[in-house]
Amino acid sequence: MGVSVLSKSMPVQENQPWVSGTPADIISTVEFNHTGELLATGDKGGRVVIFQREPESKNAPHSQGEYDVYSTFQSHEPEFDYLKSLEIEEKINKIKWLPQQNAAHSLLSTNDKTIKLWKITERDKRPEGYNLKDEEGKLKDLSTVTSLQVPVLKPMDLMVEVSPRRIFANGHTYHINSISVNSDCETYMSADDLRINLWHLAITDRSFNIVDIKPANMEDLTEVITASEFHPHHCNLFVYSSSKGSLRLCDMRAAALCDKHSKLFEEPEDPSNRSFFSEIISSVSDVKFSHSGRYMLTRDYLTVKVWDLNMEARPIETYQVHDYLRSKLCSLYESDCIFDKFECAWNGSDSVIMTGAYNNFFRMFDRNTKRDVTLEASRESSKPRAVLKPRRVCLGGKRRRDDISVDSLDFTKKILHTAWHPAENIIAIAATNNLYIFQDKVNADAH
Amino acid sequence: MYLRELSVSVSTMFARGLKRKCDQEEVTEGFGTVPSYSLQRQSLLDMSLVKLQLCHMLVEPNLCRSVLIANTVRQIQEEMSRDGVWHPGAPQGAGRAPLDRLVSTEVLCRTARGPHGEQAVPESGESPSQTPAPGLCTVSLAQELRDPESGLWEMDSPRESRASFSKSLDQIFETLESKPPGSMEELLSDVESSYYDLDTVLTGVVSGSKPGLCGGLEGFTTAPSPPSSGCKSDLAELDHVVEILVET
Repeated sequence: MGVSVLSKSMPVQENQPWVSGTPADIISTVEFNHTGELLATGDKGGRVVIFQREPESKNAPHSQGEYDVYSTFQSHEPEFDYLKSLEIEEKINKIKWLPQQNAAHSLLSTNDKTIKLWKITERDKRPEGYNLKDEEGKLKDLSTVTSLQVPVLKPMDLMVEVSPRRIFANGHTYHINSISVNSDCETYMSADDLRINLWHLAITDRSFNIVDIKPANMEDLTEVITASEFHPHHCNLFVYSSSKGSLRLCDMRAAALCDKHSKLFEEPEDPSNRSFFSEIISSVSDVKFSHSGRYMLTRDYLTVKVWDLNMEARPIETYQVHDYLRSKLCSLYESDCIFDKFECAWNGSDSVIMTGAYNNFFRMFDRNTKRDVTLEASRESSKPRAVLKPRRVCLGGKRRRDDISVDSLDFTKKILHTAWHPAENIIAIAATNNLYIFQDKVNADAH
Repeated sequence: MYLRELSVSVSTMFARGLKRKCDQEEVTEGFGTVPSYSLQRQSLLDMSLVKLQLCHMLVEPNLCRSVLIANTVRQIQEEMSRDGVWHPGAPQGAGRAPLDRLVSTEVLCRTARGPHGEQAVPESGESPSQTPAPGLCTVSLAQELRDPESGLWEMDSPRESRASFSKSLDQIFETLESKPPGSMEELLSDVESSYYDLDTVLTGVVSGSKPGLCGGLEGFTTAPSPPSSGCKSDLAELDHVVEILVET
């Protein structure tokens, strides 16, 4: 499959030594922009850190464009909802890049309640030679001014400036779990547990509610929205997933309120595997359209599934992420691990899918060869330029030397957030406080 | 050691969805036997209720998680009803307060995980030594839980009532406070949408009724009319509630 990879690991906070157990540094979302040049991470402390890929240097051919910190800013602050006497966490739930339309980059970042549009600009020149002001900006003594000069732009050290351009507040009663920019580049949607709103990027005081699954009587609530995404090409289509494991494809042309789905994707339950935990493990934690727009990828607790938009009855492919946990569901329920929300990702050509697991493992599945691999993101096994070694979890019985047994898995080390470069085989893995960026060896050698 | 095996067996049975054994099999037979399906099911139910109850946090709890746990509780209750084991109208909890029972459940879960530092002495304090204590703890718990199970979701524990009072009070303030016009309707329609309704949901499902004062507040908060009408009577009720809160 060619998944031997190079690795470079870096702590998110470059200025500070890596401090274990600092809750605010836990990475909560990772997202490449549309070209892959920029990589944004959000953390529990409300900060956004953007990495930029260095252009490849002819002098150092082995320095395949590496990612360095480009900008850091505080996106969200903790707030207090006085009416409900509850805190509103500043944790960044999702970041989505807008397609680049000019020299500036823009992204949307959201916490539980408020979405913000940030504009990132570069400044590498500054005007010098003002007539009325001196170098420091103080007014000149007019008697010393004897001639007129035209200010000229002189180069300066690159400065990255970030400014909040829009704040989309008060749109959600419940916790926002997803945002997705429409292919029309004018609108985007935000989804919370019970509702989905459609916004215009330029209008902050109004949004349209397009899905509402809140029952008239909250006592009847049995299902919530877990994730949603716009179709990559059809601006009228979007999908949302539920805690009962179903996907609903909605067409905004059909009605203003898309409560009636156009298509319902649901796999019938396997009666032989039925238990009290069946519903919980069927809850979809992430849904992603393929780049082609033909397929959808979903993640539930134990599997990733590929769905064909043309077939609602069942997924076309199912991959087991960590089936060895099936017999441990009760303890995982007790420890709340069963509620962990793992994300999933497609590669650029939609041929490989990736998702995270426990013990800092992440898994990749090649859809064509049907081969899969388990890799580990950890400081010990990831020296720069090292090739990652495939890992194996053994269930008892025959055990090879480097195998990990199920009982020694560390469930506090979970890889929930992963991202794949839109075109190349570069992946970003968030392991608690650390961000790992892995590149395909094949790519590196070719340069 | 025994309780660790208990935990493993519980997960195995639940995960594989094995056909349940006859309800007559009980743990009282001896320490070596696998606990019966009904006991395991009861443990799961208790654990689930503890999870829902232990949500009095500063941050609004995860609605998805709560809904999934509530659905699990409902499933267990439905199965227990079908088995004729659970009766919604069972007499009120005699003996220990519901809160104590919840703590006991937590103890069961903790020791069940094996050696994690603490070998918690069981609440019942029935056995003198450490080793057989977990086993006895299970037995006594089973006996207690089998009887007035509905006591678990009674709302008369003071901590519970106070929480729902303060939440209902928050809802009252929500409706009375002036808000920008655009969000008024949204605000009013969502007045009853606080998470803690889920708490009362479970209690409501079982007992079918809520304590009188909360019922009065409930009627107030779900009123769709704008706050300007009927303010006087509402304010009087508000005064009454504030009085109670101040006293407690």
